[in-house]
Amino acid sequence: MKADRRGVLAGGSALAAAALLPPGCASSPPFPGALSGPDMARGHRLRDGRFPAPDGPAEERVGIAIAGGGIAGLAAGWRLLEAGFTDWVLYELEDEAGGNARSGRNAVSAYPLGAHYLPVPNREARALHQMLDQFGMVTGRDAAGAPRFDPTQLCADLEERLLWRGKWQEGLYPAAGLSADDQRQRDRFFAEMAHFRTLTGADGRPAFASPMAYSSRDPALIALDRQSFAAWLAQQGYTSPPLLAHLRYASRDDYGSELDAISAWAGLHYFAARRGWAADGQGDSELTWPEGNGRLAALLRNSVKGHIRTASPVFAARADGAGAVLDRWDQQAGRAIRTRADLAVLAMPHFVARRIAPALGAAPAFSYSPWVVANVTVNRLPRGPGVPLAWDNVSAGSESLGYVVATHQTSSAGNGPSVLTWYLPLSRETPKAARELLQSRSLSEWQGIVRNDLLTMNPDLDGAIDRIDLWRWGHAMIRPTPGFLNDPARRAAQSLKPPLLLAHSDLSGLSLFEEAHYRGVAAAEAALRALGHSFTSLL
Amino acid sequence: MTAPTPDKPQASLAFVLLLSVLVVATCGLIYELLAGTLASYLLGDSVTQFSTVIGAYLFAMGVGSWLSRYVKGDELSIFVRVEVLIALLGGWSAAALFLLFPLVSDFRLALYGLVLAIGAMVGLEIPLLIRILQHRFAFRELVSNVLTFDYVGALVASVLFPLLLVPQLGLIRTGFVFGLANISVAIALLLILPRSRRNAADLAAALLVTASLIAGLFLAERLQRWSEVAFYQEPVIYARSTPYQRMVLTRRSGDIRLYLNGNLQFSSRDEYRYHEALVWPVLGRVANPAQVLVLGGGDGLAAREILRDRRVQRVTLVDLDPEMTRLFRDTPQLAALNGHALASPRVSVHNADAFRWVKEARGQYDAVIVDFPDPTEFSLGKLYTEHFYREVARLLAPGGVMTVQSTSPLIAPRSFWTVATTLEAAGLSARGYHAYVPSFGEWGFTMAAHGAIPPLAALPPGLRFLTPQSEPLLYQFPPDMARRPTPVNRLDNQALVRSFAEEWGPYEG
Ligand SMILES: Cc1cc2nc3c(=O)[nH]c(=O)nc-3n(C[C@H](O)[C@H](O)[C@H](O)COP(=O)(O)OP(=O)(O)OC[C@H]3O[C@@H](n4cnc5c(N)ncnc54)[C@H](O)[C@@H]3O)c2cc1C
Repeated sequence: MKADRRGVLAGGSALAAAALLPPGCASSPPFPGALSGPDMARGHRLRDGRFPAPDGPAEERVGIAIAGGGIAGLAAGWRLLEAGFTDWVLYELEDEAGGNARSGRNAVSAYPLGAHYLPVPNREARALHQMLDQFGMVTGRDAAGAPRFDPTQLCADLEERLLWRGKWQEGLYPAAGLSADDQRQRDRFFAEMAHFRTLTGADGRPAFASPMAYSSRDPALIALDRQSFAAWLAQQGYTSPPLLAHLRYASRDDYGSELDAISAWAGLHYFAARRGWAADGQGDSELTWPEGNGRLAALLRNSVKGHIRTASPVFAARADGAGAVLDRWDQQAGRAIRTRADLAVLAMPHFVARRIAPALGAAPAFSYSPWVVANVTVNRLPRGPGVPLAWDNVSAGSESLGYVVATHQTSSAGNGPSVLTWYLPLSRETPKAARELLQSRSLSEWQGIVRNDLLTMNPDLDGAIDRIDLWRWGHAMIRPTPGFLNDPARRAAQSLKPPLLLAHSDLSGLSLFEEAHYRGVAAAEAALRALGHSFTSLL
Repeated sequence: MTAPTPDKPQASLAFVLLLSVLVVATCGLIYELLAGTLASYLLGDSVTQFSTVIGAYLFAMGVGSWLSRYVKGDELSIFVRVEVLIALLGGWSAAALFLLFPLVSDFRLALYGLVLAIGAMVGLEIPLLIRILQHRFAFRELVSNVLTFDYVGALVASVLFPLLLVPQLGLIRTGFVFGLANISVAIALLLILPRSRRNAADLAAALLVTASLIAGLFLAERLQRWSEVAFYQEPVIYARSTPYQRMVLTRRSGDIRLYLNGNLQFSSRDEYRYHEALVWPVLGRVANPAQVLVLGGGDGLAAREILRDRRVQRVTLVDLDPEMTRLFRDTPQLAALNGHALASPRVSVHNADAFRWVKEARGQYDAVIVDFPDPTEFSLGKLYTEHFYREVARLLAPGGVMTVQSTSPLIAPRSFWTVATTLEAAGLSARGYHAYVPSFGEWGFTMAAHGAIPPLAALPPGLRFLTPQSEPLLYQFPPDMARRPTPVNRLDNQALVRSFAEEWGPYEG
């Protein structure tokens, strides 16, 4: 039985690995496109401490300084303005705020560079619901007060299809060729997840919640964090190869990690935490846009306009008396500037925060999985045998996570040009080896890999690809490794006291929009409390 | 140069050779009949097609016979090669012509090219055989033998073709069967030949061709399906793939039909029933239909009906496919069908995705005619959603009336009533109606308005289908088509595409 499963998994992945090998020299001509990613020069200068200290005293004074303009930093700023607090500034390293939720655009369509959807949030995500409503995404409410989301901003049907045994089928779980035991295990697994979804812990909280901070602290549930998801599955007798392949897909999709690299608690969270709150059965749907979460990032940026300073990496942060001091590099002015704030919120990945604020301690770094995202501009839509094109298109035989279609919601033409966003978490290697791989491959090598993978899924795309743009995320996603819930370093980071606060999805250990948003709002409310500004909590 | 050793065929070889005259003669005529039948089927005008194909074929045979004088060397092995080539070309001819027809820009070039090639090869056969056999028989006997077998073969072919082959095997399979007959002559000769004169490459080629013909024979069913020409019951007069769809026009004795992606859009015989039912119940209810919006309907037939109403000042027609509106504007035969509506100064055509167009559109329309292809795909299904109808409702003037082509209420009652449920969810009042259109069967429409749907005020005189007396009958539904509860069709559930597939599935096999 065991050998059998490994055979199938290994067989499948050998094939997949072969598909993802860079093509030989005699490959097709490279496509137009660019190889980009977070600003490496600024990142390395930060890492190597090569910014000069500002000369002289602090030049600027501000109530709250936010360092980092990803979703967490932007959400913190949004929360401050909601509470009527305006004396704050946000410094962002890149030329544009948005972090992993940034997007690109070309003549054909806007497209995501990273995050591409937000599941309809749970009822407990109050701050997020309020923000979505404010952003005009709610068109009404049902009798129970549940929001009715704008249908054009929800993922249109067909949502997902899977290339399985040479044919596209609806949904991501293989439907054909399952043995009786496969079917039993599948049904048992999903029944167990349904049970976890409604389970409450001894403390009366839901076993798994989203944001995760609302989850039960019941020791029986927290104990799930001590083992890997792979070990938990084995212990529960889950051996069905299609089931494990599906779970591996899920784990790589949400966490960029293999089943044995994530904690069982995180694995179960993926399946048991979603209870989307919406009218008309929209609760199971996702909010998405051609540019993915770039839409949310843009709306957030717009809502805090005037407070953002881009191209301003913060390279030092420390508590100083009752306040905080931040040193940043002003790329435009070409010099370092010191800011004195009553309070600073570091809304950057934890490995950066620890570097610029030595006071946070030198606890072992959190670990991050690298990702590659390719935006493939095509002059016609993919097809293939079986069900027609969906928003999310995955091949059971590929190491990639497949592609989403940027024009899925906006067109009824059934054909025409589009942008396909292709995702690959480099989860097989250790993060360090994967980052080296990420750096070592050239644009045309990556293009060859993307092209081969796409054409294996959709031979009909031969000749349809106009350009391939690559985006490399070296530290894309925090990995919820076994023990992450009780990791002392993370506990310490979560409970930091003013004048230095942290806000980032890393604090949750789950790289998700809801988590980033929650951490931003929580830091903003902690800051307001510390400064004595009155407000009604949204948490 | 060494002179070729004259053939001293054994008795068996002589017999096989004479038998092969019979076979090749039969095959030769079959290919000729196939090409003639195909040409008259695909291009129409059977007398012209048959006589030009036969003329070209006989002429090419003459060319082949004349060329035979230049053939030197081992006649027998050259004959074998000719047989292999004929088997390949002739065997695949019908399949190839069917498959090529919609693909190539000049089908005649492909047709006559193939006819000439096969004819020339067949023309080589008899002179070569005569030369091979000349040492075995006296000249008088030889000519008599060969020509007898040749003409008998022709008789066999011409009797078998219409009586047995076409009805039983069909054109594509007939081609393959006779290709196999041709190739078995080649293989038989190769096997009888002494080992020393057998060419391994020839044998390999012959076996390869055999394999391809057998494969073709077994795949004929599928080839038939791939070849859309064979799919349509009527002669195809135009076929073209645009980026958005496959357009095919057919014509049989004055009946022109348009198919999009294989689905019938209209038959010129009875489309008046469809278009009168689509347009007049709406225009007949609007006090002053000055501005009319047509979504879909790139064939201009709905526009033709609308333009008959002198009150209409402007028809705004939105159709995705520029090729479609161009074809129905510029092709005389098709423009005649829609009364040159698409060239009318009262009509403005927008080639755009209606789903996007309505979102940007401003203005108010007194009547809106929504005439999209059936919701066979998720992309098309978006044009039947609550969200889409809300956008259309925004463009519908107060007091205006709209209608939606809503598939067959008989075959797909759930799908049909889903349109009404969805229009109601979009805040409109809705009313289903139906008409019998012979080429479609029982067909349905859904009318909608902001408030109560107004009563019919008038119909223009001279309609062929609707009268003030018959119009009320459209709204009566017997139990098998009666209204039933359905879900609302939304972008995120595409309930209509799903029920449509379920309800139509059994009919399409
Ligand atoms: C490929 C990919 C796909 C994803 N898909 C999804 C998805 O579909 N759905 C989902 O919910 N989540 C997804 N995610 C997770 C995503 O990371 C989160 O949703 C969220 O965007 C994280 O926001 P954050 O603010 O916590 O972090 P970040 O996005 O990491 O933001 C940190 C910000 O701080 C800035 N910064 C760093 N250092 C400094 C410094 N020294 N000074 C100033 N600024 C600094 C950075 O430039 C960045 O803008 C995806 C992530 C990736 C990489």
